[in-house]
Amino acid sequence: MSTATLASPVAAAAAPGPGGPQGPKPQRRFSRRNLFVYGTLSVVAVYYLLPLYVMVVTSLKGMPEIRMGNIFSPPMEITFEPWVKAWATACTGLNCDGLSRGFWNSVRITVPSVVLSIAIASVNGYALANWRFKGAETFFAILIVGAFIPYQVMLYPIVIILREIGLYGSLTGLVLVHSIFGMPILTLLFRNYFASMPEELFKAARVDGAGFWGIYFRIMLPMSLPIFVVAVIIQITGIWNDFLFGVVYTRPDTYPMTVQLNNIVNSVQGVKEYNVNMAATLITGLVPLAVYFVSGKLFVRGIAAGAVKG
Amino acid sequence: MNAMMQTAASVSVRDLSLNFGAVQVLKSLDLDVGEGEFVVLLGPSGCGKSTLLNCIAGLLDISAGRVFIKGRNVTWDEPAHRGIGMVFQSYALYPQMSVEKNLSFGLRVAGLPKQEIDKRIARAAEVLQIEPLLKRKPAALSGGQRQRVAIGRALVRDVDVFLFDEPLSNLDAKLRSELRVEIKLLHRRLKNTMIYVTHDQIEAMTLADRIAVMKGGVIQQFDAPQVIYNRPVNRFVAGFLGSPGMNFLEGRLEQEGGAWRFAADALSIPLATYEFEAAPRPGPASFGIRPEHVGLNSGAGWPFSVSATVEVVEPMGSDTLVWLKLAGQNFSVRVTSERAPATGETVTIGLDPMRASLFAEAGNRL
Repeated sequence: MSTATLASPVAAAAAPGPGGPQGPKPQRRFSRRNLFVYGTLSVVAVYYLLPLYVMVVTSLKGMPEIRMGNIFSPPMEITFEPWVKAWATACTGLNCDGLSRGFWNSVRITVPSVVLSIAIASVNGYALANWRFKGAETFFAILIVGAFIPYQVMLYPIVIILREIGLYGSLTGLVLVHSIFGMPILTLLFRNYFASMPEELFKAARVDGAGFWGIYFRIMLPMSLPIFVVAVIIQITGIWNDFLFGVVYTRPDTYPMTVQLNNIVNSVQGVKEYNVNMAATLITGLVPLAVYFVSGKLFVRGIAAGAVKG
Repeated sequence: MNAMMQTAASVSVRDLSLNFGAVQVLKSLDLDVGEGEFVVLLGPSGCGKSTLLNCIAGLLDISAGRVFIKGRNVTWDEPAHRGIGMVFQSYALYPQMSVEKNLSFGLRVAGLPKQEIDKRIARAAEVLQIEPLLKRKPAALSGGQRQRVAIGRALVRDVDVFLFDEPLSNLDAKLRSELRVEIKLLHRRLKNTMIYVTHDQIEAMTLADRIAVMKGGVIQQFDAPQVIYNRPVNRFVAGFLGSPGMNFLEGRLEQEGGAWRFAADALSIPLATYEFEAAPRPGPASFGIRPEHVGLNSGAGWPFSVSATVEVVEPMGSDTLVWLKLAGQNFSVRVTSERAPATGETVTIGLDPMRASLFAEAGNRL
């Protein structure tokens, strides 16, 4: 075949001779572009990782070693005492049972808030995207405006509302507040996701006789795992890291972990136990960190999800 | 109240209008589809053909009018209770379910006994030859297989009326023509009423018992394919159907001693053989004739002939399209490839007004 082509006069005239560039273009390892890209990335990575390194190292040292002042040097003698103390015996006010109390409070706040807010917001988004009821656009606009009102404005009115309905200071009250404040952004997230699904799928399900809940549970839910993962991550990190609502709407014995951490680290009496403070901070940050590591891949997929092909 | 009208028809649409805000998408439509008939809704995009189908299916709430299926007023009924099955352009298969589950979804929603569901799936799978695919997920199927499953989903519902919304538009040309034949065979075998939306005139011509040509939310002509092709009621229908399209010569209608003639520049075509639909009146008109109804160097015997110079020759495989100028206007003639002239050659054009269509200035047929 190829020889035949070469033999023809037209091909012969244009036929390339041997030699010259061939195959993939060689990449220079130390080009200026590469140095710039990797250099920038390394600097940024160090910038973010160095504090973490210091925290981990410090939390594993004893107090005498910390007083020597070499914050970057690795521990000479590794001790887990600060971690145990931070978890179980560090004092905040009169309570001396460490962060464990705050941890369980945070769990009791986060889990119901995440479940409740996502359950409601996903149905909201589904209804807004697929069942264009009268006034849907207005409803959506109002909801989105809600996302732009600063929380500070609403702090005190909510205190009064919670007091009037008898939920002020209780975990239930805080769960309610978190669920409501998650609504605008989550509804937007779900609405856009469901709107990006082919409309004909929804129509086919209607012709097949499925109703509002039937389509939601049997068609839409099984197709939306990625967006649920995104919502769960946003909500867990947001609610777990919340400080403002926690300190305003709960009492000392129901404080979430973040508030308790602040109280441990910022206590003005006694010796500053840096190693305990570092351990306490790390323990508090472990939950969102774990969530990211476990679901990072799904998170990216959910954010990038535009087209769902059948 | 008009029971007589509804008994013969399988699907009837009465005075149906649909507005999206201030935009009137469908304007007081009337449509009657007979029992077992294959009707194609044809038109350019945005003409309202898919909208009309969605209204019949109950997927869109109409603004005015009524819809009857099998003589029953279903205007306010849910899609599932109208006795219809629908096939969509994007297949719309549920991606997380196997083919079998896709087929049975509607039946499971309706709460049919397992035995009955299995029986119907087996029958549909046999008709559509998708038995080996039942356990697969839609993602593992080719486009043609997916569309077959989508048809199967309508089939298992055991309905009277099938609605197709551009079912072949997502397929490549070869598969499209294969499935076209299959749909025709399916219709012959099942004898259901079928309403089929497409913008593809070949699909319309080949499949339909009757075609409804739509434009701007109005049905322009509703008739058998040959009638629509040969006797279009207006200039839009004439121009929309046929590929290559109909030739239009702009000129005037004149009367000379009782005989009508069509005049454009030096051209004057006698209309003795033309059957007028409406009483002709002198004035501006257009003379439309299809490229295959024109003779090229084909001897005498034509009521009118004229010579012209070939400007462009377009070979299309089986046929060749010859472009020339008649009265200063573009004009095409379709000939078999063996008889194709060369560019620049002078040829004789033969016309028979019997095969032509005359349109008034407003576009309606004369």
